[in-house]
Amino acid sequence: MSVPFYVAPEQIMKDKADFARKGIARGRSVVVVQCTQGVVFVAENPSKALHKISEIYDRIGFAAVGKYNEFENLRVAGIRLADLRGYSYDRSDVTGRSLANAYAQTLGSIFTETAKPYEVEIVVAEVGADESADQMYRLTFDGSVADERGFVAMGGSAEAIEGAMSAVWQPNQDLGTSLQQAVTALGQHGTDEHRSLSADDLEVAILDRTRPRRLFHRLEGDELADLLLSA
Amino acid sequence: MAGDRRATMGNIIAQRDVQKVFETDAFSLVGIAGTAGLAVELVHLFQVELEHYEKIEGTPLSLEGKANRLSSLLRANLGMAMQGLAVVPLLAGFDAIQERGRIFSYDVTGGRYEEHDFHGVGSGSSFARGSLKKLFRPDAETDTAVRVALEALYDAADDDSATSGPDLARRIFPMVSVVTALGVQHIDESRLAQDVERMMAERLGRPDGPHASVTGDPS
Repeated sequence: MSVPFYVAPEQIMKDKADFARKGIARGRSVVVVQCTQGVVFVAENPSKALHKISEIYDRIGFAAVGKYNEFENLRVAGIRLADLRGYSYDRSDVTGRSLANAYAQTLGSIFTETAKPYEVEIVVAEVGADESADQMYRLTFDGSVADERGFVAMGGSAEAIEGAMSAVWQPNQDLGTSLQQAVTALGQHGTDEHRSLSADDLEVAILDRTRPRRLFHRLEGDELADLLLSA
Repeated sequence: MAGDRRATMGNIIAQRDVQKVFETDAFSLVGIAGTAGLAVELVHLFQVELEHYEKIEGTPLSLEGKANRLSSLLRANLGMAMQGLAVVPLLAGFDAIQERGRIFSYDVTGGRYEEHDFHGVGSGSSFARGSLKKLFRPDAETDTAVRVALEALYDAADDDSATSGPDLARRIFPMVSVVTALGVQHIDESRLAQDVERMMAERLGRPDGPHASVTGDPS
């Protein structure tokens, strides 16, 4: 009878985490930034069909990096949870915090219980009445949650982008400024050499607190081009 | 799409300010008649389904898709309808593929019928449709169409006891919404109030409302 090799739990967790980190680091990055008008999601994503950014509910948005099929799974589950809760109770009972909790539970159990962890990192953002009431949750592959303020960067060069953002970001800046900062940070500190990203390389959306009811709005075409020029 | 505000329970007026016209998504409206509780629930579920599809797929359902979906929701209520609790919705929306506004009516079994030019549902609808037949103009601007809808509701209320006319004392007016290529727009209450007051002033002189020409020329 053969005896299976013993592998220490610490080693298993470390291997899984390294595996997930490597997967995430391969992809392009996403930045989520606060501004006076709301929360802006900026992804380097040349595809117009396969989204990294999505609406979840009235005031809640979602951004992800990593393996498409895995975060798409999470996105759909999040929308289902939010719509079901809003239908059963009331639209005001759907909160970013409860959604972040559900994601944390899911990611945490996938990380510990299955052989292969999800190679994803996601942000769940909920806009409030003003900037101080906004919430941004960063969820990593192992189910840990961080409550962020100002901006979040995820993906291959998250640290460098975060460094660049922290040098320029200030509270109460307008949409154009936030967008420009995010685009510059993505271009100069992304996976490749210094580049300047154009509207065609980007997927941009805003949770716009000045809108009625459903606040999520994709910034595309001329609207995006104008914003990139204005700042 | 315009709706009066009356809900009845037998011979009793149960509500004077009920909502019968709903925005179901950015390009569709549903008006309801029949059992109020079930109808509102049907609209609520329909709204959630449209929004859910739009978010999951990243693109809204086609108007045909919406019309078919409403059909199957209605079919699921057939059992209740057979026990007397029927719901009859009316769907209107802008079809982005065909680039025109379209109207769909339903029966309690989920049968779906496309209507042309105008339609009405509910107890007073035969009177409203009679009125619309005479007042409808294919080339009418939105303002005129809103006025025509108000006249039709007045005519319905004039002859049907379960349809309310404008309640000037309480300032409760019909609800009117418009759907175009730009989306759904709810006609402002203050603007409706002006239209209603103008209509009432004209009806004081001629209670049966505007003349329709016999010879064919619109008057």
